[in-house]
Amino acid sequence: MSSPAVVEPRVTGSRSEIELRGLVKSFSGREGPIRAVRGIDVAISAGETVALLGPNGAGKSTTIDMLLGLLEPDEGTVSVFGRSPSQAVAEGAIGGMLQTGQLIRDLSVRELVAMMASLYPAPLAVDEALGIAGIEEIANQRTQKLSGGQTQRVRFAVALVSDPRLLVLDEPTVALDVEGRHAFWTAMRAFAARGKTVVFATHYLEEADAYADRAVLMAHGEIVADGPTTEIRARVGTRTIRATLPGVELEALEGLEGVSSVERRGAAAVMRCGDSDAAIRALLQAYPQARDIEIAAAGLEEAFLELTSDGAGT
Amino acid sequence: MPLTYIRYELLRTLRNRRFFLLSLGFPLVLFFLIAGPNHNVHDFDSTGVSAPLYFMIGLASFGTMGAMLSSGARIAGERAVGWNRQLRISPLSPRAYFRVKVLTGYMMAIISLLALYAAGISLGVSLTADQWLKMTGLMLVGLVPFAALGITIGHMLTPDSVGPAMGGSISLLAFLGGTWFPIPHHGFLHDIGQYIPSYWLVQASHVAVGGRPWSGMGWIVIAGWTVILSLVAARAYRRDTGRV
Repeated sequence: MSSPAVVEPRVTGSRSEIELRGLVKSFSGREGPIRAVRGIDVAISAGETVALLGPNGAGKSTTIDMLLGLLEPDEGTVSVFGRSPSQAVAEGAIGGMLQTGQLIRDLSVRELVAMMASLYPAPLAVDEALGIAGIEEIANQRTQKLSGGQTQRVRFAVALVSDPRLLVLDEPTVALDVEGRHAFWTAMRAFAARGKTVVFATHYLEEADAYADRAVLMAHGEIVADGPTTEIRARVGTRTIRATLPGVELEALEGLEGVSSVERRGAAAVMRCGDSDAAIRALLQAYPQARDIEIAAAGLEEAFLELTSDGAGT
Repeated sequence: MPLTYIRYELLRTLRNRRFFLLSLGFPLVLFFLIAGPNHNVHDFDSTGVSAPLYFMIGLASFGTMGAMLSSGARIAGERAVGWNRQLRISPLSPRAYFRVKVLTGYMMAIISLLALYAAGISLGVSLTADQWLKMTGLMLVGLVPFAALGITIGHMLTPDSVGPAMGGSISLLAFLGGTWFPIPHHGFLHDIGQYIPSYWLVQASHVAVGGRPWSGMGWIVIAGWTVILSLVAARAYRRDTGRV
């Protein structure tokens, strides 16, 4: 087995505010225990926006539940601002938006946000929270009459009205359309810009890339890479070139610049590329007869499989 | 006490009109159906209590039990939408959470109680201020274990199953407690009834009009159920941290 593609946790100048050390968590399943999280270490500094990136079932939500104190780890420790998660929660230092969730009914949006704000020692003004979440115009609507996107932004307002030092978002945009996603992340950026530490889980590489300073990649309950998003993108940002090339040997294609592996699918050859720009130039120069050319970004799932499978790391 | 939080919780409960009217209306309708034809019976079934007073308290016990257990339905609904987990990552302590739920249950119970008192008066129930207060006080004490039962049900069941569970347990408790007919002074039902908190709710009416007092047994049964059900409720709440 070759060495897995692991970047050592980033060493930053400032002290780590949030530390997950050796976290392990299993659940009992029908066919024996499910090892959801298998020993992860993450250290996060103040003011960082960190994406917890990975396909479904990678262990992101379990990790987040442990970070929030909703789950006790089987092994390992969680420290948030030098305290246990439940202490940090009790002090109102953490704002969270959990993955599944609707709102309780029979209150207006403003009333619901005010209700939750009243539980915290130093909350934002309700109008300010509504403003950051971009939901002033629905402030007087009843919570049971909102669209999916509006509901998510109200939940976001509920998470941030406490003015928490740490904001944790578990797949906040999973049910949203493109426009809703954009509005959501704009709001998140506005809040993070106040010097807040933000941790969010997502299975969209683009979201991690666009909105986080750093991405922690998880697969099968382990961290497979941890670093600045630019680095991660280079690592998982492989593209494939598919072209119809009758009569060309696969071995010849493998020798092209930027191509890492090739397979045949019918009359077409599919080339996995580390550098698709170089590969397409080389391909067209060597084989001008190539037609039906498609260049596609490799799916994150696929990239993860490559990162975690035996013989990975090429 | 999280006063603002409580205020919104109560407001929210009152705004759910369908729920509110049904849980309030059902005991009222039953009261008029049962007590109406007997409103001239002054000593109902040799209990020493008039039929309207007997059924007013009988149905008040039924209505207030329902009001207290309705916390369970609300909690189950909140859990189903993930709100319970949202609350757990807020500084609202479990103790404060329980207090809010108990208070909300009591608010519903008091509204139900007042509505039945008004209905009782309209059928000729007449008590002194002292009797009203004594009776009400005993009812409110007798409801404590039901508050804990409501929270337990809410944290153990899903919204699908909470309806039948509530309906079933209220019917059974009302039957065994003497809501529909007086529990005889001796025999099997009496032996069971004494250990059931709803029996002591119904007995509150006798106490009020100077009949048999709420015996030491009554206080012990209510206190016992309160302790047991509170422990069960706390356990149900602690275990219920997962995603539903």
